[in-house]
Amino acid sequence: MASLLSIQDLTLEFPIYRGSVRALNGVTLRVESREIVGIVGESGSGKSVTAMMVMRLLVEGSYRARGSVTLLGQDVLRASEAAMLELRGSQVAMIFQEPMTALNPTRKVGAQMVEVIRLHRGLSRARARTEAVALLRDMHVADPERILGNYPFELSGGMRQRVLLALAFSCQPKLLIADEPTTALDVTVQRQVLLLMREKAREKNAAILFITHDMAVVSQFCDRVYVMYAGGVVEDGPTAEVMANPRHPYTRGLLGALPDRTGSRGQLEAIQGSVPDLTRLPEGCAFAARCPLVREACRQRPPLVVTDPAGRHRAACWAVQEEVQAP
Amino acid sequence: MAAVIDNAAPRAGLAHDLGYLWYRVRQSPLTMAGLAVIVLVLAVMALAGVLAPFDPNHVSLEQRLLPPSGAHWFGTDEVGRDLFSRILYGSRLSVSVALFVVPVSGTLGSLVGCFSGSIGGMVDTVIMRGTDIVLSVPSLVLTMALAAALGPSLFNAMLAITVVRIPVYVRLARGQALLIRELNYAKAARAFGGSRWHMVSWHVLRNAFPPILIQASLDVGSTILMASALGFIGLGAQQPTAEWGAMVATGRNYILDQWWYSAFPGFAILVTATGCNLFGDGLRDILDPRLKGK
Amino acid sequence: MNTPPILTLRGLQVRFPAGADWLGRANEHVHALNGVDLDIRPGETLGVVGESGCGKTTLAMVLIGLIKPSSGTLERNGARGGSANMQIVFQDPQSSLDPRLPVWRVIAEPLHVQRRGLSRAELKRAAGAAASQVEIPPDYLGRYPHEFSGGQRQRIAIARALISEPDIILLDEPTSALDISVQAQILNLLNELQRRRGLTYILISHNVSVVRHMSDRVAVMYLGQIVELGTCEEVLQTPRHPYTRLLLESVPRLGVPVAFDAVSSSTELPSNRRLPAGCFFRDRCPLAREGCDRPQALLTAAGEHRVRCHVEAGQP
Repeated sequence: MASLLSIQDLTLEFPIYRGSVRALNGVTLRVESREIVGIVGESGSGKSVTAMMVMRLLVEGSYRARGSVTLLGQDVLRASEAAMLELRGSQVAMIFQEPMTALNPTRKVGAQMVEVIRLHRGLSRARARTEAVALLRDMHVADPERILGNYPFELSGGMRQRVLLALAFSCQPKLLIADEPTTALDVTVQRQVLLLMREKAREKNAAILFITHDMAVVSQFCDRVYVMYAGGVVEDGPTAEVMANPRHPYTRGLLGALPDRTGSRGQLEAIQGSVPDLTRLPEGCAFAARCPLVREACRQRPPLVVTDPAGRHRAACWAVQEEVQAP
Repeated sequence: MAAVIDNAAPRAGLAHDLGYLWYRVRQSPLTMAGLAVIVLVLAVMALAGVLAPFDPNHVSLEQRLLPPSGAHWFGTDEVGRDLFSRILYGSRLSVSVALFVVPVSGTLGSLVGCFSGSIGGMVDTVIMRGTDIVLSVPSLVLTMALAAALGPSLFNAMLAITVVRIPVYVRLARGQALLIRELNYAKAARAFGGSRWHMVSWHVLRNAFPPILIQASLDVGSTILMASALGFIGLGAQQPTAEWGAMVATGRNYILDQWWYSAFPGFAILVTATGCNLFGDGLRDILDPRLKGK
Repeated sequence: MNTPPILTLRGLQVRFPAGADWLGRANEHVHALNGVDLDIRPGETLGVVGESGCGKTTLAMVLIGLIKPSSGTLERNGARGGSANMQIVFQDPQSSLDPRLPVWRVIAEPLHVQRRGLSRAELKRAAGAAASQVEIPPDYLGRYPHEFSGGQRQRIAIARALISEPDIILLDEPTSALDISVQAQILNLLNELQRRRGLTYILISHNVSVVRHMSDRVAVMYLGQIVELGTCEEVLQTPRHPYTRLLLESVPRLGVPVAFDAVSSSTELPSNRRLPAGCFFRDRCPLAREGCDRPQALLTAAGEHRVRCHVEAGQP
């Protein structure tokens, strides 16, 4: 069965003054239906840009892309704007980190919800409003009528995300893309929202592409995970496997840097150096300059190589490849 | 130590910044057009002596009110002076006015505004009500009244325009000062015990500068218009000095049959003011988002 | 502990006027801090943890002197008599550094403010010395903040806090805006600096893992009050207050799955304009019972471990 989303060797460049920023450098990933897939990485990893590209939300002409992005059978890079409009909101929905900026602060929440629902489903105003109430109730909002009458600034961050989730699910999308949806929320609220997302996605048969920098959230929430660094995927596989058994030096470094891992005040394993300049990416492995296992072969970009017998856990590292291939 | 800063880009010097600015300007055709006009006017101003085919004050009564021709590209005025040469020389006056008015009013106004915004309290209130009063009178009327009171001369015209312009900068700078006060780095400075004077000298002035610069670049166009307006009613440069506004005014008397007399100086005013505005607009677009990005 | 505390807070309350009646007098208040008592010991790291609305930011502002408390006292007792010197490192390294000042000026600013009359060369030299403490080479000091990465900017902010040789450093979410790997570098740096210079840290954060890693003692805040106080182990390993327990349960931990049907209690805070009469946490508390309708005091549960809950403190 064809994947819901399939990205093959996607390279993305933004031309700027005297050069270009290579935001993505040959990214390959896929999402199957009903899965929860996580993309985890730090700033500059390209994770948010990947999400934007899935729905082609970047400004036309501001970028150059190579490779392929296939969403529900549609070739995103070459599709017409009309075809993309069809997809966006109805088949694929997206929620972002800052719920405040996704909602118009000058209009009441109810009006905004009704507008979106009518846009995608052509219902009458009254029917759309009933629908909005039902959706909010579905998101475990205690008093939906009152919320509809509020302005966004009158709601807490968690409540706003619920409103956006309600809107996201209103058209029964097959894929929900969530770009750091809980990073700006308190930890107790975060848990509510994550549980809600998972519950609703399972209920409505939707897949989730979940983007975050928080490894712990990924480990609790996602079935599979992709670890990105400087515009490329360095490791991927089932979450439990990757977290318990990280193969790529970057993933190991990232897990080692988490404060929870060591005893109090212990020295944290900090990955030395810093993220490479995306306008001048090195020829070979992007992580080479900071890698404890760097070797001659790293002058060439390593491919993703399978590291487990089941064939589901892969890492892009020459050192790992040597290990795997050694008898 | 090397581990912390190992891939910092080479120092972005002035050359790099200017190159980037040029790159952004090039991206906008309108801004380029504005820049072209400014460059043209500055060239004319500098090279008027070389470019003008005639002495702008050379009277020649047999040549009066001639239409545009090969000899006199823009025709002649009522005493036979070549209009093309007069317009070339006139550029010096218009540009000088702007070069005086904008920096002077900008600097004075900004200093007062920054001071007012930073000190707050009664002083701020008094200054603000003062600017309210001045700004409530239409600027053209007030400028004309002030210029008339001071006496008709180019310098008095410049003075009048400057004085009336100052409250705009006071308000702008004060707004910036209030804004900057709430930013984290200003709060940090207060936390270290920074006095109000320290805030102004270390933080407010340099951060308020870009929006003020943008306003100033837009002001150049309006100053030229204002100077021409004063010249039109006879309060600016006096005869026989060539000044665009005055030329348009005198040309009124001959407009039915000798259209070129008012048209060409008027056109010069139009092009110069528009060019400055376009460039100022473009500059604002370039500087603003970059400020946010930083 | 017999050494006198370096910082003493008693009964700190902060109210902001909110709505006003037609005469312009405030008729409603936002109660940001509702009675904070704290002794901070020299050389320790006190973690203050809580979610939005708990008052930790307001507490930071009061400590650093940007907000005057509506009532209560704050005393700083320096080791050499006189007031202890406290500096602050803010959360967002981007906005806490003036983008138009070269970095040596950014670092030297507190010194310039406190000791006027230092020459440019002297300021530069002091900035260089502070910068080398945070591993920023001196030849980079002429650059501007935007030429540095987030982690580097935070180091600059730390150098700025160090330059006046403070006794206490208030760290307001020092790593929340940073990537995980950069966070690790900064936390290591902070620990190193504390060891070397005998600094006292007050670490304010919503990130429980960071607080757990760095702190000797922890205070948990809720709606402007401290609801639990004790050593890091006591509070974060064996929490007594129901809110602390809820908080710790919600923190995602690596490899610990979340139950699909985890009990979801209401997450809305009570309004801080009209404070609840009794215990602030009563509406969300699984232990609510008789006696919770009275204002709760911070009671001793065991030794140094204090909790604002009569049930947990065993005093009905």
